[in-house]
Amino acid sequence: MQIQPILAALRRHRLATMLIALEIALACAVLCNACFLIANRVALLHVVSGVDESALATVQLTGYEDSHAVDLNARVLTGLRSIPGMQSVSVLNSIPFGARRGTAGITLDMAGQHFGGVVEFYVGGPGSMQALGLHVTSGRGPQPDDFRTFEGLMPTDASVQITRSLAEHLWAGTDPLGKDFWLDKWHYRVVGVIDHLVRPDPSNWQGDSKDWSIFVPALPGKFLAGSYLLRADPQDISRVLRDARATIAKIAPDAVFDEEGSKTFGDLRTDSFRQDRAMVGMLVGVIIALLLVTALGIVGLVSFWVAQRRKQIGIRRAIGATRGDILHYFQTENFLIVTFGIVLGMVLAFVLNMVLMKFYELPRLPLVYLPIGSVVLWGLGQLAVLGPALRAAAVSPVVATRSV
Amino acid sequence: MFVYYLTLGLRSLRRNPALTVLMVMSIGLGVAASMTTWSVFRAVSGNPIPDKAAQLYTPQIDNWGPQQNEKGEPPSALSYTDAIALMHAHQAMQQTLLYPVQLSVLPGGSRSLPIAVNGYAVSGDFFPMFEVPFQYGSGWSTADDEGRTAIAVLSEEFNQKLFGGANSVGREITLDGHDYRIVGVTRHWDPKPRFFALFGSSGFEDPADFYVPFTRALDLQIDTAGNNSCRGKLTATGWDDWLRSNCVWVTPWVELDSASEVARYRQFLEGYAADQQRAGRFAWPPNVRLRNVMQWLDFQHVVPSESRISLLVSLGFFAICLINTIGLLLAKFMRRAAEIGVRRALGASRREIYKQYLMEAATVGVAGGVLGLLLTAVGISGTGLLFTPEIARLAHLDLSLVGLTLVVAILATVAAAFYPAWRAAQVQPAWQLKSN
Repeated sequence: MQIQPILAALRRHRLATMLIALEIALACAVLCNACFLIANRVALLHVVSGVDESALATVQLTGYEDSHAVDLNARVLTGLRSIPGMQSVSVLNSIPFGARRGTAGITLDMAGQHFGGVVEFYVGGPGSMQALGLHVTSGRGPQPDDFRTFEGLMPTDASVQITRSLAEHLWAGTDPLGKDFWLDKWHYRVVGVIDHLVRPDPSNWQGDSKDWSIFVPALPGKFLAGSYLLRADPQDISRVLRDARATIAKIAPDAVFDEEGSKTFGDLRTDSFRQDRAMVGMLVGVIIALLLVTALGIVGLVSFWVAQRRKQIGIRRAIGATRGDILHYFQTENFLIVTFGIVLGMVLAFVLNMVLMKFYELPRLPLVYLPIGSVVLWGLGQLAVLGPALRAAAVSPVVATRSV
Repeated sequence: MFVYYLTLGLRSLRRNPALTVLMVMSIGLGVAASMTTWSVFRAVSGNPIPDKAAQLYTPQIDNWGPQQNEKGEPPSALSYTDAIALMHAHQAMQQTLLYPVQLSVLPGGSRSLPIAVNGYAVSGDFFPMFEVPFQYGSGWSTADDEGRTAIAVLSEEFNQKLFGGANSVGREITLDGHDYRIVGVTRHWDPKPRFFALFGSSGFEDPADFYVPFTRALDLQIDTAGNNSCRGKLTATGWDDWLRSNCVWVTPWVELDSASEVARYRQFLEGYAADQQRAGRFAWPPNVRLRNVMQWLDFQHVVPSESRISLLVSLGFFAICLINTIGLLLAKFMRRAAEIGVRRALGASRREIYKQYLMEAATVGVAGGVLGLLLTAVGISGTGLLFTPEIARLAHLDLSLVGLTLVVAILATVAAAFYPAWRAAQVQPAWQLKSN
């Protein structure tokens, strides 16, 4: 296939060529970035929580006097445990996909010079770790005498379990067991590693830091109350939570049952990613509409070209060009235009990515999206041009002999 | 001629139905996507208090230092120490401190179950500063602030719930077991975004139920229901220890009416921070900010990123649709080169041809606009899927949006038609008449 005559012909249709190329360029820019956004959101939707979500629910109470907290804990724990089907009730300050109460920055030295990162402290009472279903991969889980009473935000000295991704972040390549870290003057020692425990708000964190969590064993008390973890058989969990709501109204009429916060983990997860799922849906919709509009635009313009060049096609056919030659002519022409558009589109894609990075904490567009976008657009162009090109190939050589 | 061209345009829409449908769909989809996302963006990026946005300022003081602050920016709220110092200095005409509180109330007397209600602990100046409208009674005076009086202002909605909408001024309300005398009931007041209390809030929550004096809330040791952000020393055990800590949780606002007052206040803030440095409390040079309402909304990224991204994506989509329309119009017009040649040969000027084809494009625009309007209505009813309910309910199809949709559709199509119509006007009559 000779490219020279195609280029010469395109020079006579500069604007229409530019229009298709520009359309392809814009489509390329939007397509690459939208796919990248979709990939990010989808990865978020599938974040591994590390807990037995289907068997868990939480009850959140507010509005009680601080001085009543100990008494409230006792009433709620015994009251909820008597619900039929309840496997365990424990106290846990933060809830995966729910309440966030232990976000803090830690340091790797006592003087506070070496900053470790901002992590989530899950302060849990006896039984909460088993209820969550966390897997200890090395070291040990909490022992009965690890659970102690405390005053203030959290225990000031404790043996804790941390997630593997946090361990790798803090002490890459070395055994984290027995290592120490500090929160201000408070001291913690790592005695176990758990494979996963997601933060309450994974949407706000990038990459592995979604999983930077610490489990701190502690005894319920004035400073660990009002946030309960319920475990039951997955089939029973909704019913158990409904019963819990009714029970709370009887045993703790002084407390406010937080409707928004008290849900099954399944519902909490759904709620927490609702926006991300909708965003994926919207972006997929936009991409489909965009590809459709682009393809139809190409069909329209190429049809026009074919109609305009009927006579020339007839002459070419009359002097020996085969149907295949004509077909290939339009296909090559389309390929050249789309390629030109893609080159322009790659630049645009990076500009758009830069804008998104500025307004929104989005990572840089990985290069792998560019070849994928190119292949999609090349395919789209060929598909769109096929119909009009076939019609062009069907032009009879007789056209050339008609009146001029 | 105008009406004649219009009928010609409408007739031509029917001539190539496939091409017409393609164009109308293209314009309609593009306009609808842009308008739906624009309606949300317009709602969340609006000015919540247009007539005073330039006079209301929130001061920030860096009490964390360069090692621990947020990339050089002072924290987004004040520590108790600094907040009280600013109040006592009284360098602005009107000023308020505030923080969100959540208290429990028995809605139906003592037999019912308590519910949680949300409000703000504020200073008396809050009400005139933010132009809070009152249904009954009024706010409170500085004397009440200083007297640490147990009084409250309720919102219209909360008053409706508790007292059936009756004038409740002078009656008592029990919040978290403490009694307050009601001094005022506001009219419905809910600026969106809620610019004055963004520390620990998206700015789009339900309106506040009540307001109580800041000083009274401190006396009762009511915790903040918003953010409480601390650096370094976290070992505060009691209430007083917490007040003395570097934890930030108080939002300050001052009203400054002229540029000179703003400059003076900024100088005062610098001076205050310098004094703290001299006193040894800060080990760093003054790092203060004084932002007005719009600057503050921008700094706090109140516009959700979903809104920005979806607007950007739909504008890109609209651009593609327009380019598409240019191509399709070109094809449609050039198909009729022979017809144009005849008209030109019969004496029509280029100008007339130009007018005729722009008119034809306008009819395409109208059709696209109508389709766009329908799709926008569908899109807006679907915003609840993408945005939180608080934000989604802000987006609605009003008269201005309907007008905007149609105008954008028509203008965009006519703009897209400039080149195709020009090409149509350039047709040489002789060439077209030669054959056949």
